[in-house]
Amino acid sequence: MAVSGVALLLFVVAHMVGNLKVFLGPESMDGYGRWLRSIGSALLGNEGVLWVLRIGLVVMIVLHMTAAIQLARRARAARPESYRARRPVQGSYAARTMRWGGVIIVLFVVYHLLDLTVGVLNPHGVHGEIYRNVTADFQLWYVTLAYTVAVLALGLHIRHGIWSALQTLGVSSARVVQTAALGFAVFICVGYLSVPFAVFFGLVR
Amino acid sequence: MRLTLRIWRQSTKDDGRLVDYRLDDVSEDMSFLEVLDVLNEELILAGDEPVAFDHDCREGICGMCGMMINGVAHGPERATTACQLHMRHFADGATITVEPWRAKPFPVVRDLVVDRSALDRIIEAGGYISAPTGSAPDAHAVAVPKPDADTAFESAACIGCGACVAACPNGSGMLFTAAKITHLGVLPQGQPERDSRVLDMVRAHDDLGFGGCTNTGECTAVCPKGVPLDSIGRLNRDLLRASLRPRR
Ligand code: HEM
Ligand code: FES
Repeated sequence: MAVSGVALLLFVVAHMVGNLKVFLGPESMDGYGRWLRSIGSALLGNEGVLWVLRIGLVVMIVLHMTAAIQLARRARAARPESYRARRPVQGSYAARTMRWGGVIIVLFVVYHLLDLTVGVLNPHGVHGEIYRNVTADFQLWYVTLAYTVAVLALGLHIRHGIWSALQTLGVSSARVVQTAALGFAVFICVGYLSVPFAVFFGLVR
Repeated sequence: MRLTLRIWRQSTKDDGRLVDYRLDDVSEDMSFLEVLDVLNEELILAGDEPVAFDHDCREGICGMCGMMINGVAHGPERATTACQLHMRHFADGATITVEPWRAKPFPVVRDLVVDRSALDRIIEAGGYISAPTGSAPDAHAVAVPKPDADTAFESAACIGCGACVAACPNGSGMLFTAAKITHLGVLPQGQPERDSRVLDMVRAHDDLGFGGCTNTGECTAVCPKGVPLDSIGRLNRDLLRASLRPRR
């Protein structure tokens, strides 16, 4: 859980940096897309390395989900009879919504791939014109809303996830790690949300 | 105070149900267990079966008296066992739901009494040190730095009541196990068996049917002794290290 989570987090950070190229204009964004597809093309051809990364990502997602399902099944087996009255005392909202939050994020990723990678759900939907695809998306309030919900779900997920992963990997100063995790989650949310909001409010067009 | 106690009654494997009992004259200075005593006297006089519940010291140190009170292990007060919980923390006229700990490894014996011997199985797997017995060694024979002694003591305060398991959404006994690992693992006497202890205790914990820890922190919040969540990080560190090293 912790190891695959850390790998996914690395992707999340790299992806956020890539998205911020929207602020540098169409050339930067589309050029970045071309660069992504061309990495290592001398060795593996166009999109070769990209496919290696994609497969790695899918493997990590599968491992992450498998671990989550195992934990959920163990939890169910460990409490066959549930409490009639139950009141959580501590467990943060983030901690309690890890399982459903994860499901929401996966569903979002499916929609997101159809939107911005494949293009079939995108209002512009022209391959390679990444900048135009992105700006076409976020002029629509419901697309912006969907992305906002997904990013906030991701923020909650990594807020508990980072701290829990570090604790699983043996860091034992809960207070410090929890604060750092919260800070990082806010950083990720702001970074991701800046793009849809900038487009929606006309700062980037 | 007038109270309605909604108590889990169970005598065979699957006849459990919640039953309401009214008490009209409860003093707010009574402890929660004293209220159950009063109820039981009334039940016995009426020829009914008294409510079975575990208790021993009634001073918060033996760990016998665990029960879910209004959905919280040991009730609403922090760092307080059920026997030390006083009725002034409840409103007059309140309905209070009382249930046993619920976890696969803690089968209900009767009413509010569960069998917590699964915790003993975890201890047997490695929660000890091997040392020759005989006369007690001098207290200063082995020097222990004060911060280590404090960390060990925080965890040694665990009374094995099982509240961490009861409160955990995963039904995990990790805080209990981590308390023992920390208690023994930071002291010099615990070093020789440090690796095998963590490996064996965690395996026993998992084999007994406890759930996996996801660091939600419900356990520390209800722990009557305030065993910190940091102890679980320490257990994980020891576990990782022990798994990476060749087993001796
Ligand atoms: C508002 C925020 C986001 C924007 C503007 C955005 C934008 C994009 C764009 C433009 C692409 C296509 C890149 C290309 O074709 O070269 C893409 C791909 C992708 N995005 Fe996002 N994204 C956002 C949030 C997220 C989030 C939160 C996740 C998951 C946690 C995510 C996961 C992915 C994945 C898995 C791909 C496919 C990468 C590939 O294999 O080509 N994105 N995103
Ligand atoms: S009866 Fe001993 S701790 Fe409550």
